[in-house]
Amino acid sequence: MEERSLGQRLHIDFPLLLGILVLCVIGLVVIYSAGGQDINLVYRQAVKLLIALVGMFVVAQLPPAEIARWSYKLYLVGIILLIVVIFYGDVGKGAQRWLDLKVFRFQPSELMKLSVPMMVAYYLSDKTLPPRFLRVLSVCAMIAIPVLLIAKQPDLGTALLVAAAGFSVLFIAGISWRLLSSMGILAAAGAPLLWYFMHDYQKRRVLTFLNPENDPLGAGYHTIQAKIAIGSGGFYGKGWLNGTQSHLEFLPERSTDFIFAVFCEEFGMLGVLLLICVYLFIISRGLYIAINAQHTFGRLLASGLTLTFFVYIFVNMGMVTGQLPVVGVPLPLVSHGGTSMVTLMIGFGIIMAIHTHRRFLSF
Amino acid sequence: MAKEFNLKNQDHESSLVARRVYFSAVIILLLIIMIISRVFYLTVLQHEHYTTLSLSNRVKITPIPPIRGLIYSRDGVILAENKPTFSLEIIPEQIKDVDETIAQLKKIITIEDSDIERFKKARKKKRRFENVSLRLNLNKEEVALFAVNRHRFPGVDVVAGLNRYYPLAEKLVHAIGYVARIDEDDVKNLDESNYSGTTHIGKLGIEKSYESFLHGDVGFQQVEVNAQGRVIRVLDRTAPKPGKNLHLTIDLSLQQIAIDALEGRRGAIVAMDPRNGDVLTFVSSPGYDPNKFVNGIDSKSYKALLSSTDKPLINRVIQGKYPPGSTLKPFMGLVGLENGVRAFSDETWCPGWFSLKGYEHRYRDWKKQGHGHTNLHKAIMQSCDVYFYSLAYELGIDRIYDGLSQFGFGQVTGIDIGGESSALLPSKSWKRGAIGQAWFPGETLILGIGQGYALSTPMQLAKATATLANKGQVIRPRLVSSTSNSITNEVNSLPSITGHKVGISNGSYWDEIISSMKDVVHGVGGTAWRTGLNAEYNFAGKTGTAQVIGIAQDKEYNKEDIAEKFQDHALFIAFAPVEAPRIAIAIIVENGGGGSKTAAPIARKMFDHYMKNRDLISKG
Repeated sequence: MEERSLGQRLHIDFPLLLGILVLCVIGLVVIYSAGGQDINLVYRQAVKLLIALVGMFVVAQLPPAEIARWSYKLYLVGIILLIVVIFYGDVGKGAQRWLDLKVFRFQPSELMKLSVPMMVAYYLSDKTLPPRFLRVLSVCAMIAIPVLLIAKQPDLGTALLVAAAGFSVLFIAGISWRLLSSMGILAAAGAPLLWYFMHDYQKRRVLTFLNPENDPLGAGYHTIQAKIAIGSGGFYGKGWLNGTQSHLEFLPERSTDFIFAVFCEEFGMLGVLLLICVYLFIISRGLYIAINAQHTFGRLLASGLTLTFFVYIFVNMGMVTGQLPVVGVPLPLVSHGGTSMVTLMIGFGIIMAIHTHRRFLSF
Repeated sequence: MAKEFNLKNQDHESSLVARRVYFSAVIILLLIIMIISRVFYLTVLQHEHYTTLSLSNRVKITPIPPIRGLIYSRDGVILAENKPTFSLEIIPEQIKDVDETIAQLKKIITIEDSDIERFKKARKKKRRFENVSLRLNLNKEEVALFAVNRHRFPGVDVVAGLNRYYPLAEKLVHAIGYVARIDEDDVKNLDESNYSGTTHIGKLGIEKSYESFLHGDVGFQQVEVNAQGRVIRVLDRTAPKPGKNLHLTIDLSLQQIAIDALEGRRGAIVAMDPRNGDVLTFVSSPGYDPNKFVNGIDSKSYKALLSSTDKPLINRVIQGKYPPGSTLKPFMGLVGLENGVRAFSDETWCPGWFSLKGYEHRYRDWKKQGHGHTNLHKAIMQSCDVYFYSLAYELGIDRIYDGLSQFGFGQVTGIDIGGESSALLPSKSWKRGAIGQAWFPGETLILGIGQGYALSTPMQLAKATATLANKGQVIRPRLVSSTSNSITNEVNSLPSITGHKVGISNGSYWDEIISSMKDVVHGVGGTAWRTGLNAEYNFAGKTGTAQVIGIAQDKEYNKEDIAEKFQDHALFIAFAPVEAPRIAIAIIVENGGGGSKTAAPIARKMFDHYMKNRDLISKG
């Protein structure tokens, strides 16, 4: 115990922190450009960043056993809040997502991004792995309840991420390939059913994704302008602050969900390669921590959160480059916006806690 | 919780988790490669395509219209200019409540309901940040009033522009014409790129026929626009080339003399320099104000112009068709001499009437008691009808047609503005085609005194008179003598165009006819002897009085003015000085009565002014 490193005493994983900070700096730089060189926007984002970092440090101090104990309480509170949102939530952009707590507005769905993988990891951690069929079923129910509640708001992007978080844990826990593939088939069969429940704007997004040129000024506009931004950037990019697509406001949502297009336009293919390297560094560090965790809960949760982090990246980049339909998923740690930032940082705080609270028994 | 078998289980589970993690890592790598290849496809393989799209997104080319050339008179007076005008414009984007703003503006500047209507229409066609004009042509007072109150009206501004303006208004409209807004018909036959920024185009007169000189070449600017289309900055600019200025042959002081002398009657006065075809005077009365047409005339005013019995819209100089009457006689005389039908001194007995052999019908002379023995000199001087009945009869329609054609009767003069009528010089074949009848000898007789089918425009008469003054040299009349570059002031003279020479075998025939015409005004017993009294120079002329049959413009007239409308047209052609002609004139005063009484004095006033002005005689 006496030989613990500085990182372990502070409960900080420096490699992970380094990766996160690099991303945050990149984010601030791109937000400055995408936001029309509005330094105030950068300041506001920096403040949110600091709050999120503090949150990460606080969470990192908690021993994983403590976090495990919190899991099902948080999960239950989350479910209740989601139901409350349905009745009392504020409407923003056509969806009921927000709870107005007077001091700040709060999105219960955001909480579920953490509490669902926590709950699944907690549930599976004292069971034998790989989980048996009935356990898998109950995990599916655990995931489905919040996902459906969130999808009803409607917030397809978050629902997707919550589901991804839950299933990542289930996958890491060793769910059998047969079960996995039959679930996949079930999902494919259920897709038309999902179509039936989708809102018009969601259907439009899917149709637009299939053929954006159909409606170049309407629903396809985002995708087309994003592709123009990325393509015109070229290999080396147009240079920082020189992106015409963003500065002349052709690109919508340029400092939030479509910030990747701004990044591509200004820094080109080269910048994308570097950015992806940073992301891969963080992901591999997260997976390294997961493998080296000392208990099943830690292993499952750390890898689940890391995989979710990747899903964020993949969905956002896929959407911006026109490979996936448009869903409201920000580019993690780069896009402007506080809520997702806080959630992500707390997630990293949990991963750090898992890594820095390991006990080395000396026999 | 720490049970014995858990330890073993932990090992098993951790390796299971590790396997799944490695598997995930592979999937992650594959997906990342997919993203990277997509980005590679967009940024490298499709780079050019998207660069083009990006450029066409942001770069727009906007035209800069050239400034239209100015038009000057011979004496350097500006006839068509580009006048700065001020209009009140609104940028809807910058105003919270447009209706309220207009209501407030109404308190300081008069804004008609029609203005508001036009504003609302125009607003729909424009973007929110684009100017929409609310009031046009603010006067200086209104501009000042607005300037004082401007702080109260953010988003409202006075904007300066250029408007074509004709300071002479109705005085020269039929020569200059006017410009008006480009309409669909214009679009069909114009160079769209050169007119991309142009709003107005010449519709009539010189403005139309010299459009290619006046317009200039369009300039362009490349601008960067944002997603809303707002101009962010100018990337590149090609300046427009202003149009050429035109210098007219019109002598404005002479034009004014002619207008004053006409005293507001209906009619036409053309004066031209026989040496080069320069049209010195171009009066078609009444005129109208071309300025009303520039930005669109309101339908009420337009209807008033259309329905006016004075027909102000008709360009009488080149479209008015009048019987030439006795002004045709000198030309008839020349045709007779050239064809050997008469010698100059051959006499015809004039008892006051003429009739064809075997016919009862008597063709009357204007002088009931007759002119007695009449040779060509006397026949022109006193305008004997019987002499020309008999001459015409002996010449026959074919020879008359051939002879008069040489002077341009029945043909357009080729003046450098459009819309000219060729009027009518009748012939056998014409009558067969147009009326479907054979030519009657009696028709030849009345053609001899310029009546019957014969019609001519004042411009034709002036051109024929100039040809006479030139002793046969035909010259094409023109209104524009030179163009100049408004930047370099470089002047480019346009050559005057000479035509054929009238085929007269004996030069003395010219002198004989001209001396007869001189005696019309200077000789004792000439029809216009009063006009020639005390002139300091010699001039030659011929009066004419045409019975009203043509110019079908007065079908609806009320009883009071039947008398006036049925009066004869007064005609007069003349040139001066006889020895070296510098000016040839044709005058028609509609329903003016006799040519000697009404038309000839106008010519005298113009000659007097012109000769003094050009230092051809002493001033004062």
